[in-house]
Amino acid sequence: MKAEKSILPGAGSLIGKKSGAAAERAAQIVFTACASFAILAVASITLYLVLSGTPAIFQVGLKEILFSTVWAPTAAQPRYGILYVILTSVVGTGLAILLGVPVGILTAVFLAEVADERVAAVVKPAVELLAGIPSVIYGLLGIYLLNPAMYRLERWLFRDSATHQFTGGANLLSAVIVLAIMILPTVINISETAIRAVPPSIKAASLALGGSRIQTIFKSILPAAKSGIVTAVVLGVGRAIGEAMAITLVSGSSVNAPLPFRSVRFLTTAIVSEMGYSSGTHRQMLFTIGLVLFVFIMVINLILTRVLKKGGQTP
Amino acid sequence: MKKKSTTILALAGAVILAAGSLAGCGSNAAASSGQTDVTSESASQTSRADAASAPTDQASQADASGQEESLSGSILMVGSTSMETLATALAEGYMELHPEVTVSAEFVGSGAGIEAVLGGTADIGNSSRNLKEEEKAAGAVENVVAIDGIAVCVDPANTASGLTKQQLIDIYTGKVTNWAQAGGADVPIVVVGREAGSGTRSAFEEILGIEDQCAYANELDSTGAVMAKVASTPGAIGYVSLDVVDDTVTALPLDGVEATAENIKAGGYFLSRPFVMATMGDVSSQSPLVQDWFAYVLGEEGQAIASSVGLITVE
Repeated sequence: MKAEKSILPGAGSLIGKKSGAAAERAAQIVFTACASFAILAVASITLYLVLSGTPAIFQVGLKEILFSTVWAPTAAQPRYGILYVILTSVVGTGLAILLGVPVGILTAVFLAEVADERVAAVVKPAVELLAGIPSVIYGLLGIYLLNPAMYRLERWLFRDSATHQFTGGANLLSAVIVLAIMILPTVINISETAIRAVPPSIKAASLALGGSRIQTIFKSILPAAKSGIVTAVVLGVGRAIGEAMAITLVSGSSVNAPLPFRSVRFLTTAIVSEMGYSSGTHRQMLFTIGLVLFVFIMVINLILTRVLKKGGQTP
Repeated sequence: MKKKSTTILALAGAVILAAGSLAGCGSNAAASSGQTDVTSESASQTSRADAASAPTDQASQADASGQEESLSGSILMVGSTSMETLATALAEGYMELHPEVTVSAEFVGSGAGIEAVLGGTADIGNSSRNLKEEEKAAGAVENVVAIDGIAVCVDPANTASGLTKQQLIDIYTGKVTNWAQAGGADVPIVVVGREAGSGTRSAFEEILGIEDQCAYANELDSTGAVMAKVASTPGAIGYVSLDVVDDTVTALPLDGVEATAENIKAGGYFLSRPFVMATMGDVSSQSPLVQDWFAYVLGEEGQAIASSVGLITVE
């Protein structure tokens, strides 16, 4: 023990004097290298997508790609219009957010404020389990549970329609429901953390002023947790718009206008479904769709981060 | 004493540094050991591949010794894009047996392929249809090397007993939307197909003459997905390669002819097409190399390759 004590400070001073500067420099280089990996990844993905996504734009024309509704990549006169695909991603993600976010936030309120401990002890692990389920499992359940149910509804709704094309339940609505369930855990977990982080004094003040529990939750606690909840929504949008595996199984994958009972194709599933056998301009177009998706997510992130910053400033 | 203690200090410092660097590299070490695992695995795969190819090498030597001289030179095939999988697989198999021979293939379409063989710019013209009379008159000889067969399947509960060619066309172009119009019960038809770029889809549409006119309710990206969808959806109809049909679906007779390999060879089942390797004049009038190529393609090994890519063999 005594020997150790006498050695260690000596060793420290030895490192400090001779190799200390070198070790510091080495450590700094290692840290910088690690940090630059992330930047390198983003930069190379961006570069690769731009390089492989632009040739088709010059061949086909940006206007044709973005504003034409005909997707016939293998026709004698190929058409590469992805307007319906873009609209499907916008509408599908929007509907999934409309459906999933209120349910998610109210579940978070329930867990943080309303539920007694025994109920929360059941709900909380269930939500965490939901977060860990791989997306392809959601897709499989969608095929075996959601699609048949949706097909019964479809046959009942369109029993007298002469023009409706029956999809067997693989339609926009099925995809939206699957997406809404998939974003739930993200929204619930982050919102709950935000609600729990609200200072108890805010709740106490509201209750002391005679506010009811419901008034306290909706007028005091939720506004105070706003920035955290916006983060939850941003991450939910990110998960919904980038999801491919689950919805490729339940959405039918035909290119159609995004109506609830039509078979539709999302930006992500458009890439996945035709990558296997595509060639030439067709394949380059799939990279262009990837580029569109990339730009799309960037724009949404920028807009939502701005909203998020504003949300953070007001309270 | 002073000197000795400095030496001990230096040693201790070195040990601490070494330990630190080891600890720091813990994850790195794991990663690199993972890499060595991968390399050793791929190495063993290579050696297995070598072992697998070794007997064929010996076989080729035996072949070569059986002939007067070993074959060398090159064969150029030009033609059908649908035959790309078959032609590439056959070329690879042949070149493994005869390393001195180069078999190259261009995929520009059946018509262009036969034109090339008639014009003398190619040894073999690949065609995924029967030769036309004028092509035969110009000297092209039709050598059928394999047959592509497609089954039309429905869910097992479907009561339709069969379809005519016109009914099939009407169903896939969206003119007929209920099984009551096609000899079945009053159930809406769910039209299932493959994604653009799929060989099965292009063959199906080409044989029926409905290229790019199909109104799909589901465009799925694999044979398995089509089978699963058709099996689980009442009223669904789909097409798959003949060799994968199983008990989960019912393959419909077309124009009263059951979908079997025998019927396709006999020529009664219309949803099939020959894969032709056309030559200028009979095979027996070709160069020894091309004659040997046809012996290989129509022999045991070539036909095994044809059936491995899902085609019906010719006897």
